[in-house]
Order: sequence, then structure tokens, then C-alpha cells
Amino acid sequence: MLIFIGLGLQEKGISLAGVEEARSADFVYAELYTSLVPGLRVRNLEQLIGKTIKVLDRETVEQAPDEILEAAKNHKVAFLCPGDPMVATTHIDLRLRAEKAGIRTRVIHGASVMSAVAGATGLQSYKFGRSATIPFPDIPSETPYHALLENAERDLHTLLLLDIRAEENRALTANEAMDIMLGLESKLRRGVFTPETLAVVVARVDSPDSVVRADRVRELRWEGFGQPPHVLVVPGKLHFLEAEALHVLAGAPKEVVESA
Amino acid sequence: MRRYKHLSDVQRLMWEPEQVRNIGIVAHIDHGKTTLTDSLVAASGIISFEHAGEQLFTDFLELEQQRGITIQTAAVSLAHKYEDKEYIINLLDTPGHVDFSGDVTRALRAIDGVIVVVDAVEGVMVQTETVLRQALRERARPVLFINKVDRLIQELKLTPEKMQERFIKIITKFNELLRRYAPKELAKEWTVNVEDGSVAFGSAKQKWALSSTQMRKKNITFKDIIEMCQSGKQDELAKRSPLYEVVLDMVVRHLPNPKEAQAKRIPHIWRGDPSSPLGESMLSCDPKGPICMMITDIIVDEQAGVVATGRVFSGTLEKGKMVHLIGANRDARIQQVGVYMGPDRVMVDKAPAGNIAAIIGMKEASVGETIVEAGTEGAGFEELRYVSEPVVTVAVEPKDYKELPNLVNELRKISREDPNVHVKIDEETGEYLISGMGELHLEIVQHRLKEAGLEVKTSEPIVVYREGIRGRAGPVEGKSPNKHNRFYISVEPLEPEVVKAIDEGKIYDKQDKKERARMLRELGWETHAARNVICIEGANIFTDVSKGVQYMREVEEYATEAFKMAMREGPLMREPCRGIKVMITDAMLHEDAVHRGPAQVIPAVRRAIHAAMLMANPIVLEPLLKIEVRVPQEFMSGATHVIQGRRGRIGSIEAEEDIAIMKASIPVADSFGLAADMRSQTEGRAIWGTEFDRFEPVPEQLARVAIKRTRERKGLKPEPPKPEDLIER
Repeated sequence: MLIFIGLGLQEKGISLAGVEEARSADFVYAELYTSLVPGLRVRNLEQLIGKTIKVLDRETVEQAPDEILEAAKNHKVAFLCPGDPMVATTHIDLRLRAEKAGIRTRVIHGASVMSAVAGATGLQSYKFGRSATIPFPDIPSETPYHALLENAERDLHTLLLLDIRAEENRALTANEAMDIMLGLESKLRRGVFTPETLAVVVARVDSPDSVVRADRVRELRWEGFGQPPHVLVVPGKLHFLEAEALHVLAGAPKEVVESA
Repeated sequence: MRRYKHLSDVQRLMWEPEQVRNIGIVAHIDHGKTTLTDSLVAASGIISFEHAGEQLFTDFLELEQQRGITIQTAAVSLAHKYEDKEYIINLLDTPGHVDFSGDVTRALRAIDGVIVVVDAVEGVMVQTETVLRQALRERARPVLFINKVDRLIQELKLTPEKMQERFIKIITKFNELLRRYAPKELAKEWTVNVEDGSVAFGSAKQKWALSSTQMRKKNITFKDIIEMCQSGKQDELAKRSPLYEVVLDMVVRHLPNPKEAQAKRIPHIWRGDPSSPLGESMLSCDPKGPICMMITDIIVDEQAGVVATGRVFSGTLEKGKMVHLIGANRDARIQQVGVYMGPDRVMVDKAPAGNIAAIIGMKEASVGETIVEAGTEGAGFEELRYVSEPVVTVAVEPKDYKELPNLVNELRKISREDPNVHVKIDEETGEYLISGMGELHLEIVQHRLKEAGLEVKTSEPIVVYREGIRGRAGPVEGKSPNKHNRFYISVEPLEPEVVKAIDEGKIYDKQDKKERARMLRELGWETHAARNVICIEGANIFTDVSKGVQYMREVEEYATEAFKMAMREGPLMREPCRGIKVMITDAMLHEDAVHRGPAQVIPAVRRAIHAAMLMANPIVLEPLLKIEVRVPQEFMSGATHVIQGRRGRIGSIEAEEDIAIMKASIPVADSFGLAADMRSQTEGRAIWGTEFDRFEPVPEQLARVAIKRTRERKGLKPEPPKPEDLIER
């Protein structure tokens, strides 16, 4: 039995169901490379569930998951992942392998930025289009810009996730992400990400010190948002309640949200 | 002794292209190229006339003096008066040993004509043919100088008739080669003959020379020459008919000036559009046009730093000007400009189109680079076509490990100055591996290390093999580590004609895509595959024949990197691959960019390529040397014995009087120590030359041994991997 358990978005993000399943597992593994969970300490988590946790790196999970699968054949194995285990990760491959090897699997979901961002900003979840990750500039990609363009043409909001490199202890900040998008704008010139564009930065969503800020890019670029993780949202056409929410919850100037 | 030219005279002449010649001297080893160069320089008043023969000063390195051959390319400028007009002759000293033919090719592109030196006793030899062929390919016009005529007289005691017969034989052979290798439209015009003075003969060492024009003018007969040589009066001959006069007259009369030459050569040697503004300026050798210069030589000078010498084809080099380096794709500022006065480099303010000049202190420059004026649109020169590939490696390590940083520095410097030296660190064994064109080439590298004060231990020379395939395989599925991306790869052997075209530099990586597609289609490729070539690495081609794969363009760069890695280190024993056509037939990629980054794409593609190669009947290729041996008939069997004992194959044996000329090929693997063997088997009577010939499959039995040995040397397990080790079924 292999149970994927979501850790949610902050140190206390694991669900009660998740805690119970982890407590009753024979072996507990975790990966912490797909996202950052502010405040999370492995030691605290171990105390909470009363088990030692073996933290695996990307290479082991992707290329040598035999240890997990072997253990799951005759034991109950819990695999802890940041956020929601099957969202914005590539763990589906591991689940399929397990099923093919005759191992039963389950998912205990956690909160994901994909839905939390709607709540934090007041933007309606129905109106989000494709999301995309902005990679570090050393592996450039035009995909985020194209995703934004497609969504903008259909008046949809775009969630842009920001790359992290857990092994190097690095995460892209919203400021760097805006620079990358402005760079793509100057190359592709479709006018969907200019200094005048309205954007929203959400930092450490779900944490007590989370920040939500909406303004034109030229203003946001110079603001600080604190520690990562950050995400960037480019709203499409705004419903009047969305406009009001961005003004009230995210401090967007009135004239900016009214013109969007 | 001639009048020493002042810098101001030289600078004035540089602006008169009709009075400039850019030439080189090429020859088979030991045919006297260096001696000729020195005698000419001496006559230009820079070193003493009497000592020219011994001074050998274009041979900078002590080692070169010992061996009497030239290694580095260095420029020399000469002044000469012909029919009351002053000329400046820029001489690029091209190396004569085949181990360095990369240097030769490079230099030939920068000059417009060559003096081909042929030893009167030995005649046209294997490297004479090679260097002449290279010169003609770069459209440098040749004239012929038959050297060591004094030996002909003193040692062989030929009669005037026999002497002339010998000359005619050499000239006939020379013209035969010229007809074979010269561009068709030029072959006739470029044929040399005694009558018009495009052939001269003499003794570079004794500093005399004659041509038929000169013999008429000075009223000297063959009989006179023989008499003077035999009675020890060559000094007198040198005064009556000095070498420099005859040879430089020949150069001025028969070799083209830069204006004339560039109008004809530029469309053939330059990749850019001749009708563009830069192209037109190059065709007319315009000093007022935008700068275009090709770097042929880099020397790292202790004081001056990086000295980049080359040919200015257009514009005027000037201190402070901004230029663009096409290959490096960077801008840089010209800090200092130099020209050559005799063998010395002197600083000048300006160096105009049509001359050989140096840019000093430009760290970004490398050999083969094209430099254009900043802001100018323009292509580089064609990628330099090397005729030779590195085929031998030695491992070096310092005797004292504290010297390691110095060794690394020195090796870096050497490989910068000589791009045919490849230096690599073996990650597993920590060895420093130096690869080069032959045994001698590497000995010279070792000597340079010693000169720099480094005591090193070196391994026995090791052959550099190539990995190839006989069959085709695929599509093989390669999965990325996260399993969210799949690539489908097929491999097949490249057509021999395509490999040849790559070797000859007709098809290359940075080529215009349309042009390359056209050539590949002519060689039988399908349009789709020909158009979608992504990369050429070594003699291997990577093409994307997939259709409509989303995000393919975003991962192409990583797939290319994977291809390069796969070709640099093949699956059998991590030796370079050769003659492989790799095709991406299809791919399925993850939606989000971070799940299809290089860490995912590179291993997927690289492993799939290697697995496909292992399924396509992989083979080992080894380098073969061409060898030509001249040996008196009675020692013929000894020479044959040496060749056959080394897995050699004899192609032909011809007789020329009492000399047998054997043409053969032998594997590089069995060529180490050939010199000692040949000497002892022929009592030192054989003369021979070798050069790289081709790659050929190694017999299976030997291939297995080669794989095992090479793998063990590299710290790998003795058995090569199986396809299933690399991909999941």
C-alpha cells in the first residue's frame, strides 16, 4: 500500500487524515524538492506522526524508486509531498508504477497554490486558464508567455508558478519573474506583459505572514515580498467583485483595477 | 647587403595594393623551406647575408632547429625592388611537417600565392602533393622553386642534359598535379613553365638561384653553373645571380597582388554575400570600407599578451576602433596594431586592406576568427577545413604534483596557440590527455612543456579510435528521468559521400541552412531530413524528422547538447563517433517548461542515441596513415618487411631509376617506433613521409581487444553496455 499525503502550503498544512495515515504507516518517505513549505521542519513533523521520515532527493524518486516500491509491496508506506501530491508535480508516474506492480495506492489531498491563489486574491477560480512555470533564466522558455497570451485572448486569468531548485537552495522571486516576463515581452511583442500590465504577487500563501499585492508591473517590480515561495498572477478581464477584491485585499489602486 | 627599409617606407607601400604581395612558402619536409625563407629575409637587410643559411630564425624553438623543420606560423615582411618599383612582400611562414597541416590550411587562406619548394634530388614527394593541393583549394597561385641543385651537381654529378631532364621531370609532375587539383578555369593559366620564369632553381643554402629569364639576362649557362659548383665558386654565383633577386622577381611577376587576388578569391573563400557592402569592399580591397580581417595565428607573448596575426581583407585596422568577432559573437576594441618588419613586430597607427597585420591584446580572439567592424553585417570565412583529425593521445602528469597548476596553464596556452592540440582531463583517472596529429606532433608539445621548466611523465602514445555503426536501428524510445517526456530516436550510417563532404568542410555546422539542405538533397537525402538538420558534430549529423511536436523548439537546444555528448563519447568505449546519422522521429513532451528542462531532456536523448547505436551493429574505426617510402632497390625487401610487419598494405611500387617508390598504408596503432625499425631494416637508406589517410573498420578480433583495453584505461568496466542497460523496455 502506497499513500501519497499532501503537506499543504505551510507547516501546519497536513490534514488530520494525512496525520492519521502517516502515524499508522510502517515506513514514511518525503520529498521536499517540488515546492517550498514555509516553516516546515522535518523534525517537528516526525514528532507529530511519531515516525522517522526518510527524505529522498529527485534522483532517487525519479530514477531509483525501487526502495519505496519494494517496501510498499508488503507494508504500508506513506509518501509525503508539498502542496497537493498530484498537482504541479510528476508523481503520477510513481503511482502508475505502483499500481502496475500490484500495489494499492491512495491520495490524501492537501491545499494547493492552484486553488489557494483564487482565495487569496479574490479572483474567481472558474476564470483561470492554463498555468505555467517560469524557469530560471539559464534554461529559458517561451511557454509562460504563450500561455499568458492564449489566456489573455480569452479574457482568462493566468497563474505563473516560479521555479525552485531545492538542491541549490534557490527560488525565483516575483521580481525576477517579472523581469523575465518583460524580457519575453520585448522579444515576442504581443503586449500582454508590459510595465502597464496589472499583476498580482502572492507570497507564502496560507502562511500567517502571507503577502498579496496587486498593481501595475512597473510599481510591483520594485517592491519586496519577503521570503519565497512567490507566485505571479496576471488577471484577465475583471468581474466587478474581482476588481473590488483586488482593491480591498491586495491594495490595488482603484483607477488601476477599474480600467482593467 | 641591401638597403634597410625604414618603417615609413613600409607604411607608405602598404597603401599601394599593386605593390604588395602576400605569399607563403610550402614544401615537403626538409626540402629547404626554412633556408629559403631565411635567405630571403637576409636579403631584405635584417639579418646578415652570410649567415642566413645557418640562422634558421623562423624556427623559433630550439627543437625546430635541432630537427630542421618549422612548426609555428610567423609572419615576415620583405622589401624588394623590381623594374624600378618598390614592393612589399608579406611572407607567412607555413609549417612543413604534415603533423601540422591544420596550420598550413589556415595560413593558405590568408595569402594569395605560394612558392612551392621541391628538392631537386628527391623530387615531388607525398607532402608536396598535399600542400600543393591545399594551396590550390584555397586558390593561392603557385610558382615552383627547385632547391638543392648544388647537391644534384656535387653528389650525383649530372651532366647539363641530365640536369635539365631532371628539372623537366619535376616540372611535368608538378603541372600534372596542378591540372588535377586546380580549379578548372585556372589550371591552364596557372601552369608553370621555364620559359616565362614561373620556375626557378638554385640553392637556398648557397643563396643563388636562376630562372630562364635570368640566365638569358646574365648570360649564364648550365655548364657555367656546374663548373662554379664543382670548383667551389658558389659564392661568386650568389653574387652574379642572387637567390632573393630571382625568387622575389618571380613572386612579383607571377603571383597576384591583393587587389587582383581578392576580386577572384573572395567569392570562394568567404561565406558572405559578395554583393553586400562588406563583400564589395572586400572584392575591391578597399581600405576605406568596413574592417574585415581573418586571424590565422595566435601567439601568447609574455609581454604583449595575445598577438593575433592575420590578413586584412577590407577596411583599415586602427587603434581604438570597435570591432565584432563573428565566431565569438562579441565586440572588442583594438588596443594596438602591429605589422611585421622582417621578423620583428612593430607598432603602427594603421594597417590597411591587403596586408598581413597583427592586433595586440585582444583576449577574445582565436585562430580562425573573422573580425569585422562593429555594426557591420557580415559572415565569417568558411569554417576552416582541416585535412587532419587528431589521432594520437598521450597522458601527461607532472613529476612533482605541486607543478600541476603550472602544467594546466601551460597546456591551455599551447592549445590556444595550436588548435590541433586538444587537451582534456579524464574525470575518472585525473590524467591530462593531450591529443594531436601524430607521434612527432605530441613530442613537440612535450618539448615545449620541458622548455617551460616542467618535468613531466608521459604515457606511451595511445591511438584515438572512432565508433561507428554498420546497420540501422530504431526508433528507440528514450524516457526522461521523470518519465513525462519521450523521445524516439533512429540511427543509420551516414552515406560515405556525406562523410566526405563533412571532412572536406563542404557541409558544416554553422552553414546556411538552405545551402546545406540543397547539398544534402543532392547527395540523396530526403527534403524533410535535409532541411531539419539541427547540428553537426564531428562527421555526424543530427536531424529532426518529427512533425508537429509541441514545444519541440524549446527542447531542441538540450537535445542538441545530448547529441554532442553522445557523439564525443560513444557507447562502446567513449571514443568519438564517426559517420552516424541520428534522427528524432517523434517526441512527446510535458506541458510545463520546468518538467522538460535539460536535466530531463539530455539523459533521455543521449541514452536513446547510444542504445540505438548499440542495436545498429556497432564497429570500431581506426586511423590509417598514408606512407610513401623511397629506397634503393637493394633495400626494398627490408622496407616491405617493415610495412607488412605492421599490418600495412602496399598499394603500389614504382621504380625511378634505381630508387623504388612504395606507396602503402599502415594503422596508426602499428606506426609507433616505425622510424627506428625502418632505419635498421634499410641501413638508413630509406626516405619516407607519412600523413593521416583515413579511418577504417578494425577487424573484429582486434576490435574486441581495443574496446577492452580502452575501457580499462578509462577506468570503465571491461564490457561495453547493452542496449537494455541504457533504456527501459
